[in-house]
Amino acid sequence: MGKLKTLDDLRALRKSLEAGTFDPDVPRIRLCSGTACTATGTPGVLTALEEEASRKGIKVDIVKTGCQGLCQKGPVMKVEPQEIFYQKVKPEHARWLLDYTVIGGTPYRQGLYRESFLNEPIPEMTEVPFYKKQMRIVLRNNELIDPRNISHYIAVGGYSALEKALGSMTPDAVLSEVDRANLRGRGGAGFPAGKKWKHTKSSAGKIKFVIANGDEGDPGAFMDRSVMEGDPHSLFEGMLLCAYAIGAEHGLIYVRHEYPLAVKNLMIAIRQAEELGLLGDNILGSGLNFRIRIREGAGAFVCGESTALVASVEGGRGFPRPRPPRLSERGGGVWGYPSNLNNIETYAFVPHIINNGADWFLGIGTKSSPGTKVFALTGKIVNTGLVEVPMGITLREIIYDIGGGILGGKKFKAIQTGGPSGGCIPESLIDTAVDFDTLTAIGSMMGSGGMVVMDEDNCMVDVAKYFLSFCQSESCGKCPPCRIGSYQMLQILEKITSGKGEEGDIERLERIGVQIKESSLCGLGSSAPNPVLTTIKYFREEYEEHVRDKYCRAKACSGLGVFSIDHDECFLCGLCKEACAFDAVKETSRSFFIDQDYCTKCKACYLACPIGAVKIEKVKVKAKVEVKVEVE
Amino acid sequence: MKIEELEIDDYYAGFSDALSEGEKKKGLLIHAFQRIQKDHNYLPEDELRALSKNLDIPLAEVYSAASFYKHFYFKPRGKNIVCVCVGTACHVRGAAKILEKIEENFGIKEGETTPDLSVTLETVGCVGCCGLAPVVTVNEDIFGDLSPKKADKMISQVKGK
Repeated sequence: MGKLKTLDDLRALRKSLEAGTFDPDVPRIRLCSGTACTATGTPGVLTALEEEASRKGIKVDIVKTGCQGLCQKGPVMKVEPQEIFYQKVKPEHARWLLDYTVIGGTPYRQGLYRESFLNEPIPEMTEVPFYKKQMRIVLRNNELIDPRNISHYIAVGGYSALEKALGSMTPDAVLSEVDRANLRGRGGAGFPAGKKWKHTKSSAGKIKFVIANGDEGDPGAFMDRSVMEGDPHSLFEGMLLCAYAIGAEHGLIYVRHEYPLAVKNLMIAIRQAEELGLLGDNILGSGLNFRIRIREGAGAFVCGESTALVASVEGGRGFPRPRPPRLSERGGGVWGYPSNLNNIETYAFVPHIINNGADWFLGIGTKSSPGTKVFALTGKIVNTGLVEVPMGITLREIIYDIGGGILGGKKFKAIQTGGPSGGCIPESLIDTAVDFDTLTAIGSMMGSGGMVVMDEDNCMVDVAKYFLSFCQSESCGKCPPCRIGSYQMLQILEKITSGKGEEGDIERLERIGVQIKESSLCGLGSSAPNPVLTTIKYFREEYEEHVRDKYCRAKACSGLGVFSIDHDECFLCGLCKEACAFDAVKETSRSFFIDQDYCTKCKACYLACPIGAVKIEKVKVKAKVEVKVEVE
Repeated sequence: MKIEELEIDDYYAGFSDALSEGEKKKGLLIHAFQRIQKDHNYLPEDELRALSKNLDIPLAEVYSAASFYKHFYFKPRGKNIVCVCVGTACHVRGAAKILEKIEENFGIKEGETTPDLSVTLETVGCVGCCGLAPVVTVNEDIFGDLSPKKADKMISQVKGK
């Protein structure tokens, strides 16, 4: 493949690739090579498949795709043309998979997805409940193409939006299409991308930057990772369209250093795009110049904040600064040049909007938040992984229909959205339709799209403490409300969860939380108290139980409750006695019991007991006997 | 580290002219730290001194930038980096117990290195493998779906290295 010089060159190349790349007559295996599946054994499966195929002498095309979403059941793969979906594939299955499916055209029963032992297996990917309710737009290519091969991307229609824009649209037309589609920033705040683009475009100066924010620091979120790893060219295409629309020539992608595979795949993709002339000078003869360079982060959560990201790109400490000037203004962006910064996922939507038009996009999702959103569904849920759903879907549908319900048949307690800046949503609000505005209205936020499901074994105070300690340790320390306030809140929570809570602590948390929210410099501080405030709002009784009754109903916090051994259940194995470091478990000839004077409530016996005979109960407050001495 | 090794032209491809020399040099810092750390496993003082001299940036500023980021280390690290993910998904699925188990086994706390420089134990906010929670990474390998029992296997594997 030589350099493409005109739009016709690209059309001709696509035509030849369409015919030659995914030959429908050759059986094809699309094997997930995302990070999670690689960890669970993709490399072994791949060699087994290749060896077995060459031993049998059959021709099979193995495509190493990006993340296909159902990480829990990895390694996963799809066999075409039958479209049969396999999960938890092991190298020893390779022989049977080829025999049954590739040669015989029938499903190999042992590798199919089934909801439980008793259910019939489901061979088609589209019928698997996890995929059934999804609507994959951004993730569409992830399960189709090899991200390290640009011809795959072009063969499935890649760079056709660029072709359309350069061929038949003016920069203003591209901009107004994105604006009309009301594409809202997928990074969290939901600011309309079109407005941002317009703003950057109208800023003075010739040199402008297009920046993609891939510093996905939220624990529990990995959608940007899957796009960067699995479909890097769609990100480039989105950035190219943005550059064309706003007249920028330079692109930067900021990737966090925890994603080495993303950096590697992006580098390969940039090189391939440059070789084809899709990045560089005078792209496809249109006069558009655009280059992309990668900047690696170095493990600072706050660098996901736009002004801190700029400081980090410039080589300094990743401190945020007050706005204005905004990034899109002169003096605000990298090295002072106007810069348009969007999330990875936001850019990945742009080619689809240009290809299908704004009206198509507006037809998906809700009125105020059109389109789809990728969520990383994790926690105590049966099917964890990446899901892309139209906005407006209810949390119940996500948790029960797609996620398959709660792990181990336990009771659902809360779902946390938006990472450490978001909030916990209780069961009573589970029918809330998910979009930017409804989530904000109930005190949480969309965030970058992490969703962590919690069941009855998770203590909400402990969860709030966890998130706050994350924000506290990631606070850059520039502004005092965030630095000192989050520390103080953490101290109080520490006190409450270790059984030393006092009356008034909850109110104090609320007061400090609101103050931090109002006075912090950047998004990190102003959203850090959210998990605490929402859990107090929706689970106040749990806080009160910790403070007043010194009891944790989830039995997650140590140092709370009264420990005892149920003599009816206990079968005298003695493990609790062994586990206790303080000799609090005493043995009589017929039973074990816990000596409350020695017990430190460390939970060692509770965890050691194989049948759950160690009970943790509320402190029983002895009724006060008032003795009235009447003196006459 | 020499400046030539940093491929400065490619790093600023296209907008080299838009920046002053000082801006360009400062912008290289994090890139340079990453390179040094790749070679040495940490940031040795003499390398940072040389860098400060080569880039004409005061040593204090070099340290100021390096010390902000969690990923840069000023002390030698072990041959094997065991990194326990304590992200949300791993936290709710019991990462704390795994961490405790590993700490016990190697006799070091989080953030420490064994005296023989064979293992460094760290925690990370999220490695993005939440589907496999709880997760531990050993160098580049990912061990997912761990239980304290399964962690034993991983530990013996690290010890064998």
